[in-house]
Amino acid sequence: MTAMNENPLFLLPEVLLGGSAVLGLLLGAWLPRHRQWLVAALGATACTAGVAAAAAGAAGAGVTAFDGAFAVDPVTSTVRIVVLGGTLVVLALSTTLLRGQARESEFHVLVQLSALGALMLAGSQDLLLVAAAYLLASVPSYALAGFLKDGPGTEAALKYFVVGALLGVLLLTGITVVFAAGGGTGYSRLGDALPEAPAALVGTGLVGVFAGLLFKAGAVPGHFWVPDAVQGSSPPAAALLTTLPKVGALAALYRLLAAPLAGTDVPWPEVVAVLAALSMTLGNFGAFFQTDVKRLLAYSAVSQVGYLLMPVAVAGASARAQPALLYYLAAYALTNLGAFAVVCSLPRARNLEDYRGLLRRHPALALSLIVCLLGLLGTPPTAVFLGKLEVFTAAVDGGLAWLAVVAAVNTVASLFYYLRWIRPAVSGGEASPPHRALRPPAVLACVTAAASVVLGVAGGPVLGLMTGALAG
Amino acid sequence: MLTAIVLLPAAAAALLLCLPRRTPRAVHLGVWAAVSAVVLALTLAVWAGYRAGEGIQYETYARWIPSAGIGYHVGVDGLSLPLLAMTGVLFLACACYASRETRRVRDFAALFLLLETTCLGLFAALDLILFFVFFDLSIVAMYFIIAGWGHRGAAQAALKFFLYTFAGSLALLLGFIGLYLAADPHTFDMVALTRENPLAGRSAYGALVLLALGVGLAVKTPTVPFHTWLPPAHTEAPAAGSAILAGVLLKMGTYGFLRIAMPVLPQAWREYALAFVLVGVVSVLYGALVALAQTEFKRMIAYTSVNHMGYIVLAVGAAAAAGTDTADARRLAVTGATFQMVSHGLLTGALFLLAGVLYERGRTYDMAAYSGIAARAPLFAALTAVAVFGSLGLPGFSGFIAEFQILAGSLGPRPVATALAVAGILLTAALLVRALQRMFLGPLRLPDTAGASRAFADVRAHEGAAIVPLLALAVVLGLVPRFVLDVIEPASRGVLELLAR
Repeated sequence: MTAMNENPLFLLPEVLLGGSAVLGLLLGAWLPRHRQWLVAALGATACTAGVAAAAAGAAGAGVTAFDGAFAVDPVTSTVRIVVLGGTLVVLALSTTLLRGQARESEFHVLVQLSALGALMLAGSQDLLLVAAAYLLASVPSYALAGFLKDGPGTEAALKYFVVGALLGVLLLTGITVVFAAGGGTGYSRLGDALPEAPAALVGTGLVGVFAGLLFKAGAVPGHFWVPDAVQGSSPPAAALLTTLPKVGALAALYRLLAAPLAGTDVPWPEVVAVLAALSMTLGNFGAFFQTDVKRLLAYSAVSQVGYLLMPVAVAGASARAQPALLYYLAAYALTNLGAFAVVCSLPRARNLEDYRGLLRRHPALALSLIVCLLGLLGTPPTAVFLGKLEVFTAAVDGGLAWLAVVAAVNTVASLFYYLRWIRPAVSGGEASPPHRALRPPAVLACVTAAASVVLGVAGGPVLGLMTGALAG
Repeated sequence: MLTAIVLLPAAAAALLLCLPRRTPRAVHLGVWAAVSAVVLALTLAVWAGYRAGEGIQYETYARWIPSAGIGYHVGVDGLSLPLLAMTGVLFLACACYASRETRRVRDFAALFLLLETTCLGLFAALDLILFFVFFDLSIVAMYFIIAGWGHRGAAQAALKFFLYTFAGSLALLLGFIGLYLAADPHTFDMVALTRENPLAGRSAYGALVLLALGVGLAVKTPTVPFHTWLPPAHTEAPAAGSAILAGVLLKMGTYGFLRIAMPVLPQAWREYALAFVLVGVVSVLYGALVALAQTEFKRMIAYTSVNHMGYIVLAVGAAAAAGTDTADARRLAVTGATFQMVSHGLLTGALFLLAGVLYERGRTYDMAAYSGIAARAPLFAALTAVAVFGSLGLPGFSGFIAEFQILAGSLGPRPVATALAVAGILLTAALLVRALQRMFLGPLRLPDTAGASRAFADVRAHEGAAIVPLLALAVVLGLVPRFVLDVIEPASRGVLELLAR
């Protein structure tokens, strides 16, 4: 503790994003309505600069800042790049749909604040900071879910808020219990104290902490909000809800399980493995016969968390867990945002049948949709395929071969509902009313789809960057 | 060289998709045929430069994803070279056959070119993940071909095909992961895995991996009891799609046995070879019996594929029998299995294209609706007769060489099973000749289904250009098989040496 590191430059991406959010809020109050896109532009600049800063920071060895409360290591760096890149996509999607609306700038600011929460979640090495980051990630999301102020949006926001508030209280309770057991909230201290603490107490506290983080990740048992919130909110908000908080929460879960809990008697790998199996299975069951595309993607997001929890379950048992998790997170975020970009570009198409004849009318958009959906399925050579390969390998390597088998079965099952969407899109006929695609999101969809293939083919160097040790 | 062969069709497919929408139909079809011809020519050039008996040649290795143990590794040897050539021939035949296609020609040509890349890539791959990438992509491309250009029930059939074979591919992937983790250092490279034999002495682990690989490859082959996706997929697919599905895609399963399962898991393979023998014999008999009961021409051919692939499974199972006195016999079996893959690709490809000709005229596959076609379409009748006799294993055709080698080779190690399999040949002969007799001889009767042409036109030039070379090649291979056997035999000896470790 002699040389306490309080250099705010270690948090440069977070500082940039927070600054641009605050500045954007002030700007939005003064700008005329037709110039509010400047707020999004400011946010995009901050995100781009943040990605650059994170990439520069990733080169160095892992460090911790602020009395060990925040770590800058491969996990943080990857999450920074993924979340900030995802924020860029969401901002780009929302400018087209919200152009000229009264509360345009507020939307952009909320997006940035929610992303900031996800970033803080990923880097926290202290349970109190986790709690603060949880609130920062959640509260703007509630507002985003109900942003349209229509019936489904209100229902979405209410449901999201009620579940979030309940599980948030559980999170705080859990932190209190862990504090009682370990005599601190910092991970380095907990790592020393928890193995000696009573297992029952640690287990109880852990249940609460898990509840909060699983809610943010949208995993079973905290998944009840996902379908309604995603279906009810606007497509860009839905894209954000299913992607960014999940990235932060899974990184936080991984960090928690890999470091302070590694030495305890609590059987958390088994617990996480069961939750992973349940998430993928229930998500798939939910998705099977959905007709609303956003709801289908929401359930698909629940099942994807199941695959993402697999490396978390083997966090201590396999050295491959960390690159597998980080790579899958990046691949999933990219592919999922691509699918939502397609949804954004066809605002009138709500049901699967509304996509009929898309290939003939908008071939590039339809191809992007096919690439993204087959990508979510894990068809080579898209990025999620390599992610799945790594995740399965990590699970088998960590002694959870049964979980890999369950995941393989679930992958086959998920093929069914992705194909239910692809089939009308490639078949003949014509939707009524005919498709008219918005150009900017459509271009974005093509770019993300192409990027997901490029990330898959050129996954070698990317995977190499994700293998460094945790800081702390 | 190999990389160019593999990637050329995919590049052409991308080019087709970039062409403006109003490009005339002939351009798409011309590019497709020209690229297929170039690929075939390049493959033959590879064959010309191949020195038999010197192992893997034309090898290319590049680091791809080193941290995950994945490399880009391609090469050919005596097992893959004949299959590569057969793939090139069959795709060119399909390009000729489809030259009158009118429905969404651009997408059709692009999908077939993509499919050609996946097929060539799979046979050239020497890395498990590369193999898997092509394996999975072939399923995707074939799904869109069946769903987009198939008959009335195509959507259901295509979904079934995708679900079954995708499930198989994931089983395969789990098996690959098992092999990867067993190797030290971890690698997906087939050559390194073969050399290392990572599961020697780990019987339970080896059995599990073999189970995963076996299920994955058996779904694709397909063998009983994983064959149920095959008949609907074939019946509903367009003719060219069926020809590729039966001619090339089914070989991916049997090729996987010879390329991966036997050399990498010799101990487990020897232990459980009896299971493969049984599955093979059951496939032979069950395929023949069910084919006997079919009333639709195309469905019947689909079931004979189950029967023919059963011989291959029988042969690879019998090849693992113990004892040194049967070494020659076992080599005969493995050679026959590889030869059967090529022969079946040519003959069944031709049969499915002929079934397409039949449907195009009569708009039904129902055999009872046709009678006495030979009077109207003598050339069509003659070609079908040649294909049928080739398929049932008449001497003078490639099928005879293949099946004779398989049965002669398997008889020593597995006499009972082989005796039962011979019955399968009799059944196939009976059912094929019966179908021939019913449809082509007797009084003239043509179906009156909607869209059927009253005048049953004979084989047209583009159809003949597709079918005649396939049959001619089958005859050539039946009369002078030596130039292919010289390539295959050293490779099958190599497989058996690896298996004996």
